Amino acid sequence: MEKPPLTSATVRQLLDEILEVEFSFINTAPVAEAMGQLSHGEQHFLLEWVRRIAPTNIELAHQFARISLARLPSLDHDLLESWALHAMDTYDRSGLLPAMRVMKNLDGYMELARRRTSGATFEQVARVLLPFLHGLAGRRLKLEQAEEAFTDTETIYLPPVIALLPTVEENFVLYKGMTVVLWAQTRFGTFLVPLSESLELFPDPAKALRLFHMLETLRLQACLARELPGLFRALTRLKKGLGEADVPPGWEAVANRLTAKEVSSSDSLDLIQEVYHLPEPDPFRFQGRLYPAKAEARMAERITREKALFRMALAQTLDEVREARAKREAPPQRFDLRKVPDETQPGGWRLEMELDGQPVSPPEEVRGLMGSILLDLGEIPDEYLVPAGPGEYPPRLFREERPDPDEVWQGTYHEEGAHIYNEWDFRRQHYHKKWCVVREKEVTPVYDDFVKGVLEKHHGQVRHLRKTFEAMREEERILRRQPHGDDVDIDALVEALADAKSGCEMSARLFTRMHRNDRDMAVAFMVDMSGSTRGWINDAERESLVLLGKALDILGDRYAIYGFSGMTRKRCELYRVKAFDEPNDETVQARISGIRPKDYTRMGFAIRHLSFLLNQVEARTRLLITLSDGKPDDYNDYHGEYGIEDTRRALLEARRTGIHPFCITIDEQGPEYLPRMYGPASYAVVDDVRSLPLKVADIYRRLTT
Amino acid sequence: MQARSLKPEEYRILDEPYYRPVGDEVQIFEAAYRNQLPVLLKGPTGCGKTRFMEYMAWRLERPLITVSCHDDLTAADLVGRFIITGGETVWVDGPLARAVRHGGICYLDEVVEARKDTTVVIHPLADDRRVLPMEKRGEVLEAAEDFGLTISFNPGYQSVLKDLKPSTRQRFVALEFDYPSAEVEGEIVMAETGVEREVADNLVKFAAMTRNLKGNGLEEGASTRLLVHTAKLIAAGIAPLAACRSAVAQALSDDPEMLMAVNELSASLF
Repeated sequence: MEKPPLTSATVRQLLDEILEVEFSFINTAPVAEAMGQLSHGEQHFLLEWVRRIAPTNIELAHQFARISLARLPSLDHDLLESWALHAMDTYDRSGLLPAMRVMKNLDGYMELARRRTSGATFEQVARVLLPFLHGLAGRRLKLEQAEEAFTDTETIYLPPVIALLPTVEENFVLYKGMTVVLWAQTRFGTFLVPLSESLELFPDPAKALRLFHMLETLRLQACLARELPGLFRALTRLKKGLGEADVPPGWEAVANRLTAKEVSSSDSLDLIQEVYHLPEPDPFRFQGRLYPAKAEARMAERITREKALFRMALAQTLDEVREARAKREAPPQRFDLRKVPDETQPGGWRLEMELDGQPVSPPEEVRGLMGSILLDLGEIPDEYLVPAGPGEYPPRLFREERPDPDEVWQGTYHEEGAHIYNEWDFRRQHYHKKWCVVREKEVTPVYDDFVKGVLEKHHGQVRHLRKTFEAMREEERILRRQPHGDDVDIDALVEALADAKSGCEMSARLFTRMHRNDRDMAVAFMVDMSGSTRGWINDAERESLVLLGKALDILGDRYAIYGFSGMTRKRCELYRVKAFDEPNDETVQARISGIRPKDYTRMGFAIRHLSFLLNQVEARTRLLITLSDGKPDDYNDYHGEYGIEDTRRALLEARRTGIHPFCITIDEQGPEYLPRMYGPASYAVVDDVRSLPLKVADIYRRLTT
Repeated sequence: MQARSLKPEEYRILDEPYYRPVGDEVQIFEAAYRNQLPVLLKGPTGCGKTRFMEYMAWRLERPLITVSCHDDLTAADLVGRFIITGGETVWVDGPLARAVRHGGICYLDEVVEARKDTTVVIHPLADDRRVLPMEKRGEVLEAAEDFGLTISFNPGYQSVLKDLKPSTRQRFVALEFDYPSAEVEGEIVMAETGVEREVADNLVKFAAMTRNLKGNGLEEGASTRLLVHTAKLIAAGIAPLAACRSAVAQALSDDPEMLMAVNELSASLF
């Protein structure tokens, strides 16, 4: 039986508390009054959500209660929940005003939700359409979201949601149709003609562009019918579903002239004149928009870049050939290209490269370049075949420049080159999306005799470590008395024969077998570099890492060392001391020596990023070991329960991907919160800082045997 | 017909296996074999290496002994070992020793997968000594005149840990295999399965699409072998889309989104 509902007075008391009426001066009476009429279940639902929204923003929570109360009987809980989450995400992303707009426009949200349930969204389809697009031949295009569908010849832009058709599947087909038609524009040479220039000659260039786009769409459809018949049929069905004519009325004759294989975009350009007086048809829904200026700008830039890259690649090939040839022979001279018939290519031929009449096979990336140049120019001009001289091109043409991550500290905020991670808000019981901006930086190496000093100071310990870890190293060893194996186990055989003689059953386990070394382990060490480690703790951490490095080198386990620190979610930083594939060499040791205390301890991002790195390493066992001196704690919002809960969440995520987390701390209060974060048996407290270096290696040994 | 049980060295390929030469690989292999040179076949999976070996064994009229190497394969697995029968230890030749003794062609498929100690037995066989050391018996076995050694390896997907060492590599005459050109691949698919030219061409196009995805979500594109499987299903009356889904897409990936993408690719062709 359901519990009796709370009275209005009780509800008001609860609301006053949640909404901090003492400070916010919200009048909770009307809400409490209305809520008093509801069943206990409904009351509980609303109060719970008000409680979850309030830590984000109190006014937002109040509005949620007010608006949902007015609409509650007709709405289901799922919709209200997703609406509340959407409002909170908007608050995270763009602040209170836009979030309030979401709150107050429940109908708008419902419409959006409806479109999302029957429509297809970019996020869903992109995951399928991107590999689909890469499977189609031609330049490797990117997919991005934009208000309209168009392409700039490098990226295909698609709208965020399509809900023109009744079901998700049909809307997906529309997305696919758009993608393929835009792909076809780059593949079948829509931009091979000087478009902007030619269209300017018409009295109404905008109309000419629309007509050209329609002509091209018809031509490309014919290309698709030849190349991808299955897809063409899908497009035809799509047009029917959208109530569009196959060919615009009155355009049949023109359309017929565009179907032949030899027809190119310049024919479409010529045809504009002829269709100029025809009734202008509505565009197909799947054709998107055509922006010649955007495509031309991107093409101009790419043509320069690829010419440089191509000529430099030729220069490199030339060097290689020259080196391979004996000195007496004449040095190679001339590159040529020869057309070879190939039915699978749009023009019916492909190019093969020759050097002094001898065929050379260019490397994969050069072949890609040739393909891309062909798409832009229709041929490879002769001047491309002259290898680049030394220093002919400035390096910025072929190297992408990235903003320096340190600029963030110098006042120019940017998120380029950063990894973005979610963060768990326990009060909201949901993630803050795209919350932490994480950057990988390198520890500045300090070349001093720190490492030498540590090894001297602990030389007895080092010897002991070597002995224990060498014993742990699983060398290949011979297993005896095996049922199958490489060799006969003589002892076992003698016994077995004796057994047989005396009438007992003869054992079948008579062989020896080599046992293989199976210690397949990858470990990431996550070292606290927060300000609180200043002094001994930092020294102890660095000493531990030196000794640990020694031990791990003996074992041959793959390991990485990263320091973490930061200040607020916008500046989460991981300092690379040693990556997985780096050897423990002088540079790494200088970096260990260079570990310095920085700022605060936000932990979730570090765990998430290191899990990501760990999961890219192939190993049977993956370990994530944290060296820390206290609770997670950041500048403004990452305190107490919030920090602990996010860290716990990040560890759960890591565990779900098969990583074993472990924490070594020097915080005596550790046992109070570590079990919650790491689990009861996954942490160790070292009470004396000075013994940390000795303990860490020992803990590692126990952990991995 | 009842299954026959034969000793490996007695097993001869009697009917000519279908093999469509792409370049001069048949002549090179024959010349290498006549000169007692070992051969290394490089190439992605399913491009016809094993079929080529069957064809050559038939052509040269020698028994073919194939060993698929795995990461637990040791030298003893190749050379042989003692077993115990009725209180006696009896020596049993491994596949490599059988081929050496009887003058067969031994084909070690994916040789880098095997354990490192196998090089100890491969090296002396692969240079002009042509002997197989049989450590446990304290003997060396001199190779019969007709013995031939071939190894294969796929430079595409093995990890860096499993590369062929230069000292091994340089003992072999290398033949590079790749997926044949579109036209030849179509021919192969038709010859193996009897499907129409149009179906074969579409399958080849589809394979090229999946090969474009290599390194971008797929470890390998569809091989010629997969195309032949698909065409066989189609020839048996399965709808082309369903055949592509079962024989190609599912063979290439388990990732649901990738599967959808691959299925969309086949749907755009058929």
